[in-house]
Amino acid sequence: MSHQSTYTPGNAFSRWMDERLPVMRLVNDSFVDYPVPKNLNYWWTFGAVLSFCLAVQIVTGIVLAMHYVPTTELAFASVEHIMRDVNYGWLIRYVHSNGASMFFIAVYIHMFRGLYYGSYKAPREVLWILGVLIYLLMMATAFFGYVLPWGQMSFWGATVITNLFGAIPLVGEALRTWLWGDFAVGDPTLNRFFSLHYLFPFLIAGVVVLHIWALHVTGQNNPAGIEVKDPKKDTVAFTPYATMKDAFGLAIFMILFSYFVFFNPNALGEPDNYIVADPLVTPAHIVPEWYLLPFYAILRAVPDKLGGVVLMFGAIAILFVLPWLDTSKVRSARFRPLFKQFFWIFVVACIGLGYCGGQSPDKILIAVGDGGFDVTDLSRILTIYYFAHFLILFPLLGLIEKPKPLPESIAASVLGSEPAKS
Amino acid sequence: MKNKMIDISRKTGLLALAAAAAIGLPLLATPAGAAGDAVKPIQLDWSFEGVFGVYDRDALRRGYKVYKEVCAVCHSAELVRFRNLMEPGGPEFTEGQVKALAADIVVVDGPDDRGEMFERPGEPKDRFPSPYPNDQAAAAAMGAAAPDLSVIAKARPDGVNYLYSLLVGYTDAPEGFELLPGLSYNTYFPGHVLAMPRPLSDGQVEYEDGTPNTVEQMAKDVTHFLMWTAEPKLEQRHRLGFQVMIYLVLLSGFLWFAMRKVWSDQH
Repeated sequence: MSHQSTYTPGNAFSRWMDERLPVMRLVNDSFVDYPVPKNLNYWWTFGAVLSFCLAVQIVTGIVLAMHYVPTTELAFASVEHIMRDVNYGWLIRYVHSNGASMFFIAVYIHMFRGLYYGSYKAPREVLWILGVLIYLLMMATAFFGYVLPWGQMSFWGATVITNLFGAIPLVGEALRTWLWGDFAVGDPTLNRFFSLHYLFPFLIAGVVVLHIWALHVTGQNNPAGIEVKDPKKDTVAFTPYATMKDAFGLAIFMILFSYFVFFNPNALGEPDNYIVADPLVTPAHIVPEWYLLPFYAILRAVPDKLGGVVLMFGAIAILFVLPWLDTSKVRSARFRPLFKQFFWIFVVACIGLGYCGGQSPDKILIAVGDGGFDVTDLSRILTIYYFAHFLILFPLLGLIEKPKPLPESIAASVLGSEPAKS
Repeated sequence: MKNKMIDISRKTGLLALAAAAAIGLPLLATPAGAAGDAVKPIQLDWSFEGVFGVYDRDALRRGYKVYKEVCAVCHSAELVRFRNLMEPGGPEFTEGQVKALAADIVVVDGPDDRGEMFERPGEPKDRFPSPYPNDQAAAAAMGAAAPDLSVIAKARPDGVNYLYSLLVGYTDAPEGFELLPGLSYNTYFPGHVLAMPRPLSDGQVEYEDGTPNTVEQMAKDVTHFLMWTAEPKLEQRHRLGFQVMIYLVLLSGFLWFAMRKVWSDQH
């Protein structure tokens, strides 16, 4: 859906500029004239929401970095100094800490939308892969960031995650020491995590540029999952149509965001992180932030440490090859009755894994005699389903499923000219 | 018309999802395992809870007295400075009162221009004094260092209710429960056995405003005070939050109508 530029410089200066650096042409073609399918629903506003989240995290993060001190001695106190003595420091810090959660809420909705409407399929494979790469970078950034306040969960979370690398055969121990910069998580670790936490958002921003570039080459997928045929009938201009809709969606999202920041700022965090890190005291339950819990559950579901690490990273790695696992030519789950049902089962499985990741692994869910069905058992079943969904169901469904008839065009699907509605 | 209906139902779906996220995420984030064998704390109504929640100045002032006379004997609250006591949204003592409170302590300062450390009376800029110079000294004197109380109200699950319950939860150990000497039994402490002896007894702290100084009242007041030391900007946060919400709701409304207007030529 890449289109011919319709930009005409309006005055002498923009004509002069257009012949030297056509940046206004780029903005016009990308965000004003850019044609978007007219049937996009609100699940498509999360791209704008995510751009907003990234900008908020970078701006608040830069201000926080002006006051934060990355040493084990002063990190906790410097965060509290921000909360108490810096003008509106409490606001900036709570926006940043809750902003991470909001970013992940938005990215999960964005990804599940892509799964539901088949947005990863040809010709959007590279677009999807860049998205998964952003997600991976986000998780790394969030992990580094969570270590910085140097509370108990910061320290023990960092210890658990870096120890995973110790499970790698032969080089594991050496690699772990190299990551720590010491023989345990300490000052050098905190210092480099701060450095990387500052760097990674700019890597994300770079990949976001590629992601949007790839998007503008192929054009957006849409709820009907069919390509644009006649741009005049099937699409509308990005501005004002999509911009207004995105603005409205973003305003609603900001209400949710503000609820957490102003009225429940610590609900998504762990109380233990308000205790200064103490290498001699292990918390009763070490848990990561909510958005990493499903992967934590997969890690713990495997009795073997190395196996757990492999499956945990495998759970993310599998997303990269998704476009080639799906054998169905039909994109949107609207026209795939079987796929649609399994999509929702997959959503439930992911939420279930998140639940398991937050619970003590030996917690009994269904008591039978002395033992029973515990959290570890549940996470094993859900882990198997997670992988089976992609490795077995994705190839299989495309072969056995009989899709519903697709609408003739996007315009036809909007006007409701399908037989059922006429 | 039918399209519109579908459209609206989708929108409500999205809102419902946002609401579900608001309610469900904290549940997901709470490690239920952490509660484990712990007893659910007594649930009280606190004036600082809710959208319009504010601190009760009198409770904060009484709570400060309990903190100073009881807690501060063993605990520190290093993140709090005397000047915080006169800032808006806190106990709001007068400047004179705060100077007098601060002047009661002795602070080691320096070095002066001869390179000597010297002692001076405390000033509003100084931190609350710590009973011991470091954790090792505290552990040597008490068996275990008592935790700093500055942010304790946020550092425990169900923070304020837990603190209150802990303070009123001291009882004799149940029959057959073996308690080592020097330890105490508490209904609400995870595992029930803790090193901190019962800190409060009826009539212990003299209240100047005539409030009955029962254990429950003192526990409530000092918990109120510790919530303030943990969240000194809570009132400012609630006030600004309410304004932001009004703004966002209005903005969403205007954007909704503007969007309908823009899209009207497409339907």
